[in-house]
Amino acid sequence: MNFDKDLDARGLNCPLPILRAKKALTDMQSGQVLRIVSTDLGSVKDFQAFCKQTGNALLSQTEAGNEFTFFLKRK
Amino acid sequence: MAGEKICVVVVSGTRERLQMAAMVASVAAVSGIEVTIFLSMNAVPYFIKGASTDAPSEGNFGDLVVKKKAPDFKTLFRQAVELGDAKILPCSMALDIAGIETDTLEPYLGEPTGLASFLDAARDAQIWTF
Repeated sequence: MNFDKDLDARGLNCPLPILRAKKALTDMQSGQVLRIVSTDLGSVKDFQAFCKQTGNALLSQTEAGNEFTFFLKRK
Repeated sequence: MAGEKICVVVVSGTRERLQMAAMVASVAAVSGIEVTIFLSMNAVPYFIKGASTDAPSEGNFGDLVVKKKAPDFKTLFRQAVELGDAKILPCSMALDIAGIETDTLEPYLGEPTGLASFLDAARDAQIWTF
């Protein structure tokens, strides 16, 4: 999937992946896509809740090894 | 969800409570929830400009937070303001009793606030107390 910005949140614990994602989204335009890679076990449910709460679209979430990859489309 | 509000009351000066309060406040704020943080009692002196975040631990976990290099609570509170428009309101009574002048506080704090005003802001909000 194409993306406009990449956020490496590997090794960061809650709440940092969410805070870094919010910061990244703030600098992006509506419709642009942010890719996030994290290792925090809570981040799958966290990004689902974050997107539900903020109205940004969670385009996909995948797991490979111990890494989670999310694609978020900015509202 | 539009219109959702939480109020976080922080009176403790211990690391675990300050850290958890800052985590809740920052995540809620960046999730689009309206967040008002009311600082009183032992929490207030940490928010004097340049004050250390070296809060005493209640137990082992507070020491682990430092050892694992988690972001300190002041950084998280500041991000709640900068990234999520949270309001951090110092208690006017606490400032008065501790003899702390408003202009010595961190610039991201709001105006000194009394309880009547805070209770008004807290109407229809979830209240989290630390």
